[in-house]
Amino acid sequence: MTQDTDHLGRPIVVVTGMGVLTSLGQGQADNWQALTGGVSGIRRITRFPIDGLRTTIAGTVDFVPVAEMSAPALSQRLAELVIDEALTEAGIGRPGDFPGALFLALPPVEMEWAQRFALAAASGADEMVDYTDLLRAAGQGGFERYYERFLFGSVAENLAQRFGTKGSPIATSTACASGGTSIQLGVEAIRRGETDAALVVGTDASINPESLIRFSLLSALSTRNDPPSSASRPFSKDREGFVMAEGAGALVLESLSSARARGATVLAVVEGCGEVADGFHRTRSSPDGKPIIACMRHALVDAGLVAEDVGYINAHGTGTPENDKMEWVGVSAVFGERAGSIPMSSNKSMIGHSLTAAGAVEAIFTVLTVRHGLLPPTINYDVPDPALPVDCVPNVARAVGVKHAISNSFGFGGQNVCLVIGAA
Amino acid sequence: MPHDRDALITGIGLVSCLGSGVEAHWAALNDPAGFAPVLDTTSFPPFAVHPLAQVNFDSQIPKRGDQRQMEPWQRIGVFAAGLALESAGVKGDTALLSAADLIVAAGGGERDYAVDAAILTGYPKAANPDAFLNEHLLGDLRPTLFLAQLSNLLAGNISIVHGVTGSSRTFMGEEAAGADAVRIACARIAAGQAEITLVGGSYNAQRPDVLLHYEMGGLQRRAPFDGVWARQDSGGGMLLGSAGAFLVIESRAHAAARGATPFAHIAAIRTDRSHRDPGQATANARAQFEALAPHYDPDGAAVISGASGVAAITTEEQAFLASLGLPVRASATAIGATLEPSFPASLALAALAVQRGALFGPLEAAEQTMTAPLRQALVTSWGHWRGEALALVTAA
Repeated sequence: MTQDTDHLGRPIVVVTGMGVLTSLGQGQADNWQALTGGVSGIRRITRFPIDGLRTTIAGTVDFVPVAEMSAPALSQRLAELVIDEALTEAGIGRPGDFPGALFLALPPVEMEWAQRFALAAASGADEMVDYTDLLRAAGQGGFERYYERFLFGSVAENLAQRFGTKGSPIATSTACASGGTSIQLGVEAIRRGETDAALVVGTDASINPESLIRFSLLSALSTRNDPPSSASRPFSKDREGFVMAEGAGALVLESLSSARARGATVLAVVEGCGEVADGFHRTRSSPDGKPIIACMRHALVDAGLVAEDVGYINAHGTGTPENDKMEWVGVSAVFGERAGSIPMSSNKSMIGHSLTAAGAVEAIFTVLTVRHGLLPPTINYDVPDPALPVDCVPNVARAVGVKHAISNSFGFGGQNVCLVIGAA
Repeated sequence: MPHDRDALITGIGLVSCLGSGVEAHWAALNDPAGFAPVLDTTSFPPFAVHPLAQVNFDSQIPKRGDQRQMEPWQRIGVFAAGLALESAGVKGDTALLSAADLIVAAGGGERDYAVDAAILTGYPKAANPDAFLNEHLLGDLRPTLFLAQLSNLLAGNISIVHGVTGSSRTFMGEEAAGADAVRIACARIAAGQAEITLVGGSYNAQRPDVLLHYEMGGLQRRAPFDGVWARQDSGGGMLLGSAGAFLVIESRAHAAARGATPFAHIAAIRTDRSHRDPGQATANARAQFEALAPHYDPDGAAVISGASGVAAITTEEQAFLASLGLPVRASATAIGATLEPSFPASLALAALAVQRGALFGPLEAAEQTMTAPLRQALVTSWGHWRGEALALVTAA
């Protein structure tokens, strides 16, 4: 890169620091070793009793303690840990003083059963308990911490306060594309010249009985509970659903000129972002795949590249029958005859689907893929699906140099984001 | 000087306790008999809420199947979004809307109160309480309720019902999410990253779970249910309101090319945060005000304040506004504290007033009458907990 601006004269946006935490462990090193070794992070759920559940497995993060457990509490803690790692690698700013904006992908926030039961107990109601009783208990005081914890804004606010990010922090939710959206928001802000740096984070620690059951009721989850490591089977003919997981990823994005000026190491370039929403259905993609196709094409145009330039696809690859089929429809339209020969693997075969965090976590793994010239495999690829003739890097990592890669994220509500990541 | 990349408001969709659409709001705010708040004091005693006016959802969400897939907060939002598109003259313009951007500020959806009550009642008595919880969630929750609760499914439903599919982003975070949604929409237009964006949010206050949330915070007003400023003499507090507020924000070039008639121009908008130590919010607002000074003319200006009524921060905002010496209207007195759509709704009222060249009448005794023509409106949004925003709306 000799210039600081891209093919459209915009500031080039680079990655100068990353932090990641998944069910495979904490930090880039441990995650990369496990991911390229084909290790699964999926396990039997021990966080809560699994009596009566159809799905009893998940990629929970059980090794990070929090004082009062809830999805936003653990999501915030995971975010803090990955931000610490990313800031250390980037060497940017000073402790508590990050010189840029915060864009956070966060799961929707809602009070949970532990809190409802605590309110019910405090109400003293015995025969019948309803919201009138909870309201009465709340009015007696002592629940202010619940109020603050379950505001939609409190995780981002707390992170902004702790890390000293600048301006109003933005918490975004675009379902399973959220992590991609947070990166896109950061890239756009830097391209506008609004900021030289952005801290973009995706975090999700929302595995609790109700969230698991919600996905279960939509028949979205794999019920192949034994052994847990076999459940996530993207692109296999016998795939039957995704596996919920937790995790977080943080990236320090900077303008190339800013990174150069402070002598930072450039890890990768975020060359392009594409986005198209799908108005077909709440949980299903347009059968013609048009929005997914347009999303990938927009990302390539944004990056100033053509399909032939792409050497690797980090698939959304959830392992649901529908997603993998539609992703293949999209990839085959965009890449034509090359579609079956471009390596396209799914990190979710090992880490599960970290939902809100997935786009950020998998963008980080895409950066590592490009940096190391090593493609993480799709594990559990035992029964090829003749309808999806993908090169999913079956079961074993593969050494291949990659100059440009794309990372796909698709979510409920017709959310589609595609990122183009280039070598430094 | 007009510029091609100016962000113009070319469509307004507003629904609240005051009615549906801009004309209903303008009429209610300019009632010759004086403004009278619309409050429901009987459904959730001892609390009061500003209830949504009677609305014919069919007019904007024609398929009953779509309506059934949504909980009220989503229906309110999809309805308001439709009004905004209609007001901008782009409703049903498939080609235009498929390239239009969408930014939604959203909370989350309603619970199934009967299922919750049954679980709350049975859980402590169950032989195996955790198994009881699993069994009842699995057996009693409607599968589609999840989609009616998910934050980004307001945007998803807008894409489905109205065909806005250029891009779709949902921001979460109470009042600040609404302000940042508008700020990002304007910034993208200024930078040429977007041409036309539908932006806004919705809130359903008529639900026990949100009343519970603010009651846990000790923030809900009890009688007397007076105006935002009058309340400050007796502890302040919020009166939640159900509302949907969407704006079509468009580059001047794009609006001109299709012959759209704009309501107003968002000449400047700033958002920030602070930890809310005393004086920090004022310092943010002061800096924001100074930053928009090049566009500001006190002659013919007024303030639409998003003050929530919550005690300390509302009095701090009141003192800041007093230093500006302008007539003020607190939108929450009119439509309630509406969280995510609060700022888009305040902007809508400001745009409407600037377009008509007149500020509406005082909403309570503390607010002064303005007889001079209105040329500009400052719009504040100090979140009830966090986030400070300021915009300047000028004639288009």
